[in-house]
Amino acid sequence: MATEFWRWTEYRKTMPGVDWQGAEVLTAGVDVGSVSSQAVIMADGKLYAYSSMRTGSDSPKSAQNAMDWALEGTGLTRDKLNYTIGTGYGRVNVPFSDRAVTEIACHARGANFIYGPSVRTVLDMGGQDCKVIRCDEKGKVTTFLMNDKCAAGTGRGMEVFADLLQIPITEIGPRSLDIEEEPKPVSSTCVVFAKSEATGLLRSGWPKNKVIAAYCAAMAHRVVALLERVGVEKDFAITGGIAKNVGVTSRLARELGIKPLETEYDTQLAGAIGAALFGHVITKKAKAGIK
Amino acid sequence: MISAGIDVGAKNVKVVLLRDGAVVARGLEMIGLNTQAAIDGAFAAALAQSGAGRGEITKITATGAGRKEVQFAGGELTEVGASAKGVHHLFSSARTAIDVGAEEGRAIKLDEKGKVQDFAINEKCAAGAGAFTEAMARALEVGVEEMGELSLRSRTAVPMNAQCAVFAESEVVSLIHAKTPKEDIARAVHDAIADRIVSMARRIGIEKDVVLVGGLARNTGFVDSIKRTLAIDVLVPEYPEYAAALGAALHAAAQTGGQ
Repeated sequence: MATEFWRWTEYRKTMPGVDWQGAEVLTAGVDVGSVSSQAVIMADGKLYAYSSMRTGSDSPKSAQNAMDWALEGTGLTRDKLNYTIGTGYGRVNVPFSDRAVTEIACHARGANFIYGPSVRTVLDMGGQDCKVIRCDEKGKVTTFLMNDKCAAGTGRGMEVFADLLQIPITEIGPRSLDIEEEPKPVSSTCVVFAKSEATGLLRSGWPKNKVIAAYCAAMAHRVVALLERVGVEKDFAITGGIAKNVGVTSRLARELGIKPLETEYDTQLAGAIGAALFGHVITKKAKAGIK
Repeated sequence: MISAGIDVGAKNVKVVLLRDGAVVARGLEMIGLNTQAAIDGAFAAALAQSGAGRGEITKITATGAGRKEVQFAGGELTEVGASAKGVHHLFSSARTAIDVGAEEGRAIKLDEKGKVQDFAINEKCAAGAGAFTEAMARALEVGVEEMGELSLRSRTAVPMNAQCAVFAESEVVSLIHAKTPKEDIARAVHDAIADRIVSMARRIGIEKDVVLVGGLARNTGFVDSIKRTLAIDVLVPEYPEYAAALGAALHAAAQTGGQ
């Protein structure tokens, strides 16, 4: 089988220093995206364990797999969870969830957790869409704009490109910065046309890194246009898979003239974290009501 | 006296030779690595077909996205201008010309003299052009030239949600997995492009007669989708992909004096 350059490694993690035993509230958030699915377990509002996997053709199964993997090795089982919320494109297909919440609300709430309450503008660059979300200090959405009709500026678009250039997707960012001089962006934003344009550039002798740089720049340019339509209020943060691509984020920051916040957290978890946090609040309220 | 029109498109070079207003030869070559080679190839093919010598071609007009590449052309014409001229010559009743090429779709409003009244272009997006069918044919694992016939066999309309060719490709794969017949998927693909093209054309207003040209007009399934979407009949010339080259050749013929 040919190497799949688009393929990224699936992963799970249990956070050191956090334990579910003795926690008062245990919640889960499952973000079933078009390209990847994440499951997050939170103990008393702290990130405890998570997993990130590729979404298969069967959404309920993808949700189940991500959840099972997040729980793996923790000794924690699903029946001990107080509340589970599904979000993302496949949110209605999370069979074991207590309710579904839109990914817009979850991403804003998750960004608030990951980057802190100073975040006012969140750019979520997901697998199949790109959203600009404005929010308040509590992570509540005030307005948003979504581009879901075009692959330019999405993770899927980047995967197609990684495959074309035969470069592992995680290397795209660093390699796009390993160039002598910043090239002009490719003129086509459409991924299909950018592919032919890139092929032409390679044939004309451009090194691969320069072609990647020109593509990342075009992608950044397009996203900046989307951001400017909503208006960017600081602080500014990026979530989703493309947030991990320094080739896009650094060019985006340069063109926008605003530096995005940095974090130790995995930016792809924002939606699932937001979902788990909504579950946390619901559980707390319910418990207070019972007492 | 022979005049030539050369249309350097995104994918193919088309050449039309005219003698006293009548087409005497056509030539087409796909642009591979070298645009110049394709221009020379298509031109040489047309010359050979006409039996004329290079010296007999006195006037040449270039059109298309790559028209600047034709160094031996004496004049040039925009794609919209060339398409309009070609369509009016083929069907003087044409009031709306829809030209769908490999990477671009255009809708042009014409008056009774063939003059351009208004136009709209779908550019920089593969979803409204031939590139879309090509990408979907690959996903379906059928030849792009089979797509038309295949979709005409469909009896069921399947909606396509994705507008972007990249997403549509994943959608086609899902449809295949769901055991949707290939002919229904092919029809869904053509309906999707037709939808996009027609909504673009509606921006300028659609008036009869409607003439469909460009490489995609060769695709019988797409023509059928356009007719259904517009709910009116559509005229298609015998050599739809040469419409703009014909327009350019007519433009060349109309130039006074030699070049």
